[in-house]
Amino acid sequence: MTFLISGAHIDPVYLMGVGFIVGMLGGFFGVGGSFLAGPALFAVGVPMNFVVGTDLAHIVGKSIVAARKHRSLGNIDMKLGGIMVVGTIGGVEAGAQLIQVLKRTAHIDVAVGLTFIILLLGISGFMTWESIKTLRMQKARPVSKTAPLLAPSRRDHSAVAHISRAIHRIKLPPYVSLPVSGIARVSIWAILIVSFVGGFFSGFLGGGAGYIRMPCLIYLLGIPTHIAVGTDLFEIIISAGYGTITHALKGNVDILIALVMHTGAAIGAQIGATCTQFFGGPRIRMAFIPLPLIGAAILIHGLLTGHPGK
Amino acid sequence: MPGAQRHVGGSVKREIRNSLISFLVELLIYGVLVVGYFFLVLNFLGDWLFRLFEHNRHFYAFMALALIVGQGLVLETLTRLLLGFIKPRTDD
Repeated sequence: MTFLISGAHIDPVYLMGVGFIVGMLGGFFGVGGSFLAGPALFAVGVPMNFVVGTDLAHIVGKSIVAARKHRSLGNIDMKLGGIMVVGTIGGVEAGAQLIQVLKRTAHIDVAVGLTFIILLLGISGFMTWESIKTLRMQKARPVSKTAPLLAPSRRDHSAVAHISRAIHRIKLPPYVSLPVSGIARVSIWAILIVSFVGGFFSGFLGGGAGYIRMPCLIYLLGIPTHIAVGTDLFEIIISAGYGTITHALKGNVDILIALVMHTGAAIGAQIGATCTQFFGGPRIRMAFIPLPLIGAAILIHGLLTGHPGK
Repeated sequence: MPGAQRHVGGSVKREIRNSLISFLVELLIYGVLVVGYFFLVLNFLGDWLFRLFEHNRHFYAFMALALIVGQGLVLETLTRLLLGFIKPRTDD
């Protein structure tokens, strides 16, 4: 099938298949999945400028479907999401502006690429250590027979909860309480900084940058894993929606490719979001570990071959 | 006591089976709507979108976002409405 806007000739079944896989990952982990969808589009001959813009457009649709499903499961903290929108938009713009500035500097691709590889490997390594430690801690702790039986989606512990507790104690008004996430009081600045960082990477690398925002929400703000996944998807709608508009204005979006991808992604996102009910927080975090590694592998491949994955 | 436990286990299994069937029906309806929506857009709006892309980039950007949001939001709402219509009949 020929897509007139981008001039690419692609089998729609391939696009639906890619969409389905990325949709499942998005629904389950709360990520945009651009680190997979981007190279998958590039591999079948979609021009690079269309890869970035079209991927963002399909992420918007898929994230809406997954976020609505998570909302029906009670996994979105709308108050937190609303505050984060401010930081996310500021971060996206700052990231995009920095890219423009850095483009003028020689060898910047290598420097930025290496920084991200270290960052992604660091996230993966930290989450591996934390998940194993938390699961061991849970096994060692005897389960009280009188304790109420909770669904897997409501069982969440972390071996590094002291980090978020220290952040909650930061004395920097104004403060906000997040009853849905079980947080009595946290400085609004902490939320804004976390969302700014997520938005910054989204603007800088493209995609939703959920693989950075999701761990930040869990480990820095102490948001339960399931609510972090749902709220992250809500943020991705904002950042990817903003990106879709700006890229479409520049002529980088083939909306028909995005719609075909979304036919698979929408179904995958429903399945992924529903599956989160059956897993506890530490298990979801453990399954998340390969994602930053895949992102790092794509960056390494791009640096070695001279063809960036996105 | 074992009899009571068996009864609780049976009702949990039935509940899981019912929610799984409900989810699969929802998925089926949604899948048909999403694919149908794409073919409608391709047939009726394909050429128009291409011309829009060439000549009116601002409106194209708006339409691009509207179409993808529509696919996600409107179809999901439609699925829920259809499910609401089907469920009371299946419950009878």
